Amino acid sequence: MPIDKDTVSKVSNLARIKIDNNQLEKISKELEAVMGWIDSLSEVETSGIEPVANVTGQKLPLREDKVTDGGYSDKILNNAPEKEGGFFVVPKVIE
Amino acid sequence: MSEIVSKTILQIKEGLKKRDYSALEVTDAFISASESNKKLNFYNTFTKEKAIEMAKTSQSRIDSGEDKILDGIPIAIKDLFCTEGTLTTASSKILGNFIPNYESTVTQNLWDAGAIMLGKVGCDEFAMGSSNETSFFGEVINPWSKVINKNLSPGGSSGGSAAVVSAGAALAATGTDTGGSIRQPAAFCGVTGIKPTYGRCSRWGIIAFASSLDQAGPITKTVNDSALMLNVMSGFDPKDSTSANKNTPDFLKACGNFNLKNLKVGIPKEYQISGMSSEIINLWETGHGWLKDRGADIIEVSLPHTKYALPTYYVIAPAEASSNLARYDGVKYGYRNSQNHLDDLYANTRADGFGNEVKRRILIGTYVLSAGYYDAYYRKAQRVRNLIIQDFNKVFKDVDVILTPTTPSAAFEVGSQQDPISMYMNDVFTVPASLAGLPAMSVPSGLSTNGLPLGLQIIGKQFDEENVLKVASNIEDQAKFPFLN
Repeated sequence: MPIDKDTVSKVSNLARIKIDNNQLEKISKELEAVMGWIDSLSEVETSGIEPVANVTGQKLPLREDKVTDGGYSDKILNNAPEKEGGFFVVPKVIE
Repeated sequence: MSEIVSKTILQIKEGLKKRDYSALEVTDAFISASESNKKLNFYNTFTKEKAIEMAKTSQSRIDSGEDKILDGIPIAIKDLFCTEGTLTTASSKILGNFIPNYESTVTQNLWDAGAIMLGKVGCDEFAMGSSNETSFFGEVINPWSKVINKNLSPGGSSGGSAAVVSAGAALAATGTDTGGSIRQPAAFCGVTGIKPTYGRCSRWGIIAFASSLDQAGPITKTVNDSALMLNVMSGFDPKDSTSANKNTPDFLKACGNFNLKNLKVGIPKEYQISGMSSEIINLWETGHGWLKDRGADIIEVSLPHTKYALPTYYVIAPAEASSNLARYDGVKYGYRNSQNHLDDLYANTRADGFGNEVKRRILIGTYVLSAGYYDAYYRKAQRVRNLIIQDFNKVFKDVDVILTPTTPSAAFEVGSQQDPISMYMNDVFTVPASLAGLPAMSVPSGLSTNGLPLGLQIIGKQFDEENVLKVASNIEDQAKFPFLN
């Protein structure tokens, strides 16, 4: 499966990782090599085989819907790159 | 006191009990060993003062006869476990200044049992790597480097954990294993490491890489020590929805039984890969012989989808990683590259904050999950994962454990493996058990022709760590491995 520069651009935008134009060619070659290797999976006959995400078969437990934690926004904000008045600060989004 | 650092956890516990030395003396010995090995770059954060303080608390409990199971035992923590008030970086620039305000369940279990924290050891960035070289803070160096006078990789991702134990600079270390990240570095550094069954140890507070695969486990010198550490680290945790609601057996009791009569050991023929060196093949055969001598039946088995395990893993793990690592956006914590527009802030923060291998995996993960490719790659890999699980289920009808080499080679030189795919091949023997959520352990079993450690891997049935440990202690007993320290 060829991966061109446009595909890398699109994927890097989806992943919110900036890639400089002069890097697109190099990265497309790297991804193409890895995806080419992964393509061997297409030889495996998987019709009728269920996809698996949960390996132990344990059911997700449910707990009572009530607050069990919280009330320490100051501690959480301690790690914020920028904060003000109890909030995280980001560049202005709405003009 | 230098002889302290060559002891095991069980020996130190005995010595503390007999008042041969105090918890503080033990801790001092390991602090000195860490300080005299600075060039091996074990620690991202060395917490000497905290260790001394914890040692004093341990000693007061020992003095009052209220000591806990790991009182006086200095250990290192992989820098992927959140530790309250102590820098936790995942060896990444993007978390370079992150100080958690909570403690991971596994480390909390260890502190509750009296263990002493020496510090946070280096690993591959976000646990993505098999050589420690993807760490933003520089790779840890394998203590065995001195044998051949070249800088060797300790393996990865838990390379710092394996190296610090191997050098006699900690009695144990925590590791995490997503595709081999405990077992491969344990093999490269000549120490013991177990990845338990998925769900045995809580993942709460461990920085997530691939959530359906990540598991914590201990790295120690001996099998007994791993069993003891695993006893403490395991257990149901309501804070991790995938944590197994099962009692923890006494793993230590499973060790030291040298009669393997009626035990069936599978040797999977697909693990005989082309180009595998004769020293690995010989070690594997020696391993069969050791188990046979103790009464086990050795049976050739087949795991036909083995060769698809790595490509399957390199779809599933990056897919999960691309989702898990979306949280690093320069807003809530960690590094930020300030920009005038929010989208630019995200894209520049992540471009600067992540290293090349992490970016590569996020891009692969995003690609295989994107519209038009989801079924062809992600769903497909999840189906092949099912076939790999079915292979194991079939084989485990006939055998109790599976014996394989841990790695296809001994430790390699730092900088010698530049191609991503050849780096991924390091995990060829460890990834299948990860995909199936099985317990698997590496035991140091011999030396390569140039004198470097080699490991054998024992894979068990889900939640049957006991047979894994039983077989591992037999291999350990017969290998008489020449530990570095």
